[in-house]
Amino acid sequence: MSVVGHAPPPFFKRGPAPLVRLAFFVSLSLVLLVADLRFRTLEWARLAVATAAWPLQRVTGIPIDAAGDFGTYLSRQTTLIKENEDLRRRQLGTANLLLRQDHLEQENKRLRALLDMRERQPVEGRIAEILYAARDPFSRRVIIDKGSQHGVAAGEAVVDDVGVIGQVTRVFPLTAEVLLLTDKEQAIPVAVQRNGLRAVLAGAGAGMMELRFLAANAEVQVGDVLVTSGLDGVYLPGLPVAKVVKIDRDSSYSFARIICAPLAGVERHGLALVLGGRTALPPQPDDLPATPDQPTRGKRVKKKAR
Amino acid sequence: MQPTHSSRRILLPVRNWFIVLTLFLALVLNLVPFGRFPGIPDWVALVLAFWCIHQPLKVGMAAGFFLGLAMDVADASVMGQHALAYVLLAFVAAGWSRRVLWFPLAQQALHVLPMLLGAQLVMLATRMIAGAEFPGVLWFLSGITATLLWTPVTYLLLTPQFQPEDKDVHRPI
Repeated sequence: MSVVGHAPPPFFKRGPAPLVRLAFFVSLSLVLLVADLRFRTLEWARLAVATAAWPLQRVTGIPIDAAGDFGTYLSRQTTLIKENEDLRRRQLGTANLLLRQDHLEQENKRLRALLDMRERQPVEGRIAEILYAARDPFSRRVIIDKGSQHGVAAGEAVVDDVGVIGQVTRVFPLTAEVLLLTDKEQAIPVAVQRNGLRAVLAGAGAGMMELRFLAANAEVQVGDVLVTSGLDGVYLPGLPVAKVVKIDRDSSYSFARIICAPLAGVERHGLALVLGGRTALPPQPDDLPATPDQPTRGKRVKKKAR
Repeated sequence: MQPTHSSRRILLPVRNWFIVLTLFLALVLNLVPFGRFPGIPDWVALVLAFWCIHQPLKVGMAAGFFLGLAMDVADASVMGQHALAYVLLAFVAAGWSRRVLWFPLAQQALHVLPMLLGAQLVMLATRMIAGAEFPGVLWFLSGITATLLWTPVTYLLLTPQFQPEDKDVHRPI
């Protein structure tokens, strides 16, 4: 306060007290945390900043890429020859199936038409390279080098040559973020390949997964292969996912504790295949305003009735 | 024995653009994709703590907050996680700055260690409450590596402020 109409000298003006500033910024951070965790409302801000920072991010990745390339360059010729031979043998092994696939698909189509079933949708895949693992140590995500510019959309499944890796969760213009199956927040509907028993597989952390909500006497054995059941409309049915490695049947709990290891190289880097969305978009309606009117009017009537 | 200020040399005033540049470079270093490799220091936290201790009037909680937001986006973590940790780090570092600077460099580093580990603990608590998995004890190694880097970082960031050792008689200061 001024004494005789004079402002206090500005020498010691330092703004609000530190504790006040601390309270302000802490509360602001907490608001952001809740907004992001609870309501997921900050995706647009993330998208804008991530797009702006993309060139910088690529530049900083150069030394790591170079180190990896140098390591590959030094890999011995014998290893390369062996790998080449291995791949050729595998190609020959699968050639039989590949050659017949066209024929089988045709036959399948005809049979399905005969059975009057919905035709299985053709799914196209996009090959993407896993650029790096996200730095966040609390979740398991990787960044791939295909984004919305290449037609990748959130929710698409990502597989490698052995099985499912994960699912695209965030799409940026030139990159996309894949949540790996081993993340604690990821769940995938699966079926036991041996007997078709359906269950939900969820990430358990530490690179493992857990088969949840199966009764203690469920028919699952160590070594069983789990494949996608395709019930969620995201993953195609029949993709290999995981193998059961340990079963803990404790009668004091109603559920068995079944630990599984992923089949695909989930924590490995390399190439991956992003499978397009399974369900085709519904055809565009001719009269746009007419169709959405119907349900809203119905809702309004319901509300009034209540 | 009378305690002495560890940097007995009279330093030149710091340039504002140098502070901004070093904080930006720290952010760029943090973008290098090391993945889950343990022991990579959090450069932004280290440089932020440095400037909060050496220039508490110029760098403070506001800088910590905005750097934290940038890190949250770069890390693909939850918005506000780094911001909260860096704001608390800046508060503690600025509050301790009068005390810390009286110690020699090694003991300054011992003051910085609990600050950095505390920031990591704040991040851990935020994410564990939100239901994330525990990243493993090795994750705390990064705070220890950053502490070991306190001495080189101090010399590096104070270099532009050092005066020539041999005094010019015509320029007394």
